Amino acid sequence: MTNIFRGFGAVFYKEALHVRRDAGTLFFSLTMPLLQMFLLGFAIDTNIRQINTVVYNADGRRESRELLDRLTNSDTFHIIRYVENDHDLNDMIIGGKARVGVKIPVDYSDRLLHNMSAQVLVLIDGSDSSVAGQAINVTTAIGLDESLRRVVQDRASFAVDMRPKLLFNPDSRSPNFFLPGLTAIMLLNVTTFLTAFSIVREKERGTLEQLFVTPVRPFGLLLGKLLPYLGIGFFELCLILLFMRFVFLVPIHGNVLLLGLLSLPYLFAALSLGILISSKANSQAEAMQLAFLPILPSVFFSGYIFPRETIPAILYPLSYFIPATYFINITRGIILRGATITHLWKDGLALCLIGAFLLIIAARRFHDKVIMA
Amino acid sequence: MATPLQIPSEPAISAEHLVRRFGNFTAVNDISFRVGKGEIFGFLGPNGSGKTTVIKMLTGLLPLSGGDARIEGIDVRKDSEGVRERIGYMSQNFSLYYDLTVAENLQFYGRIYSLEPARLKRRIDEIVQLNGLTPYLNRLSSQLSGGWKQRLALGCAMLHEPKLLFLDEPTAGIDPVARRQLWDLLFELSGHGITFFVTTHYMDEAERCSHVAYIYFGKLIADGTPNSLRELPDVQPHGTLRVEITTPEVTRALSFARQIPGIRSATIFGQSIHALIDDHFNLDDLREQLLQKGIAVAEIRPLAPSLEDVFVELTYKHQSLLEAAND
Repeated sequence: MTNIFRGFGAVFYKEALHVRRDAGTLFFSLTMPLLQMFLLGFAIDTNIRQINTVVYNADGRRESRELLDRLTNSDTFHIIRYVENDHDLNDMIIGGKARVGVKIPVDYSDRLLHNMSAQVLVLIDGSDSSVAGQAINVTTAIGLDESLRRVVQDRASFAVDMRPKLLFNPDSRSPNFFLPGLTAIMLLNVTTFLTAFSIVREKERGTLEQLFVTPVRPFGLLLGKLLPYLGIGFFELCLILLFMRFVFLVPIHGNVLLLGLLSLPYLFAALSLGILISSKANSQAEAMQLAFLPILPSVFFSGYIFPRETIPAILYPLSYFIPATYFINITRGIILRGATITHLWKDGLALCLIGAFLLIIAARRFHDKVIMA
Repeated sequence: MATPLQIPSEPAISAEHLVRRFGNFTAVNDISFRVGKGEIFGFLGPNGSGKTTVIKMLTGLLPLSGGDARIEGIDVRKDSEGVRERIGYMSQNFSLYYDLTVAENLQFYGRIYSLEPARLKRRIDEIVQLNGLTPYLNRLSSQLSGGWKQRLALGCAMLHEPKLLFLDEPTAGIDPVARRQLWDLLFELSGHGITFFVTTHYMDEAERCSHVAYIYFGKLIADGTPNSLRELPDVQPHGTLRVEITTPEVTRALSFARQIPGIRSATIFGQSIHALIDDHFNLDDLREQLLQKGIAVAEIRPLAPSLEDVFVELTYKHQSLLEAAND
């Protein structure tokens, strides 16, 4: 009788009882992500607008005022102060009061009127790269546009006319982009933390040792512990999706059922990670610390905040080992782009493989190590 | 499942030359013993001497570094799952789930052993009756007192009707009444043919065992019935006599007693001193010598060695052997 899943049913039922007994923890772990999502969804706007700007307008005539109007009308810049000399201009930026300083020289209008090239100095605080990038782009674009307007009177006769069109998120709404990724991170948090304690608790209690003198097999034990939390994770996903759809009004373009289906391998991978952490840790405090480890790589290497393309080549392969990478692709794919199973099956498969790999390592540790501890 | 060869006269446990090393440290050093069916086997030894390691080896929790162990005739190395089906194990800290009720704990352990529902229900009824747990069935196990926790843990360990139960310090931290009740229960069960392997620190518990062994730093230095151990030549060397000297001034008396030639060793036991003396020593002379030092002696009488005496003597003997070997 070699049933490698022996004991699964008993452990599954018992774990479900633990969860029910500890309803407080469950409630807390289910509502915290929603609360965080609520805050982040409203607070974080990835579009950069209204950058604090200080202006030293040495010219002051109509042309210079027109240029400043164009800057403010772009919605990118917000002029907070006009200064009268270079020193004050620099000072505002060094002091962090303004991120952009614009200096219009005294001869700006004169040079334009004489069809000469006029220069405008734009000082940009480079300490925040995304703000700086946006400021460079917008000022350059306004400069080019202004020049073209003066050279070519008829705009329809441009030789090359680029017509960019934003697909899937035409209004560039931040929640649309941000929340599908956040879903993956939230689920990872909830599930890893829930399972991270499940085994180490038994280790501390001494019940794990007891289980090892029974005929229960490692896979029966681990899957029995994992599956109740898979149900909880799935429930949490449903809550998050409802919240996203009806509170933040993010439209879901693809098939929700497919999203649900593909979330299962992701939850499986995340839970296996928690189980592995739990089998490694010797105390709940240690498990707690270890459970924080996967969060930062999942945030920064998965493409959640920064596109994966910006990761240096030597670190890039790392992103393939992070479950969130695949699930963020799945959530953004289904929710924003309406992707189907033909586009996403590889991600689902990768998640299954990662999950199985982590679980097998955890089970092997049970043979070798845990018993000795 | 392959049915292992079962010889009727097979002992419940047979351990041959057990060795367990952790790195350079030998925790269990060439230990051999046999435990017959239906025995209550008391396994004694100081903390860290290897008691729990031996239990873990016999229950398949720890691989053997050497030697051979059979449980009910089954080789621990070859069929640890078969061994686990047949044994029950109760660890020092009563491995219960405190957020589950008494009934849920029992049900869980029953399911782990794959008892089918009808048998599980019957077994739970039997155990609950035997252990007197009926009034507590729906109570969280965290709310039970120590003695009841221990009974529940024992119940969980015997749901699958094992013929052999390992109890690792079952009475540590339990009040005297619960301790007595547990032993009554063990005797009753052993009457039904169940074998017990019990570790303990309590000498009075050791006296109750039908078979005791003493392990000292990984070596087995005593193995037999309590009475056979009392008669060992190392414990009661030829030409000596063990006496109990009752006196109100035990501490002062002890320091004098140790100076009297003819007294080989002396230890305080409550209001008396246990001494090993040359048997030609006259008890009246002894009383006289103590009186001369101004120590009132109430009574001196011959005494059979207790198991504690046995283990103390054997430990000294073993220590002197070790020192001799190291010199």
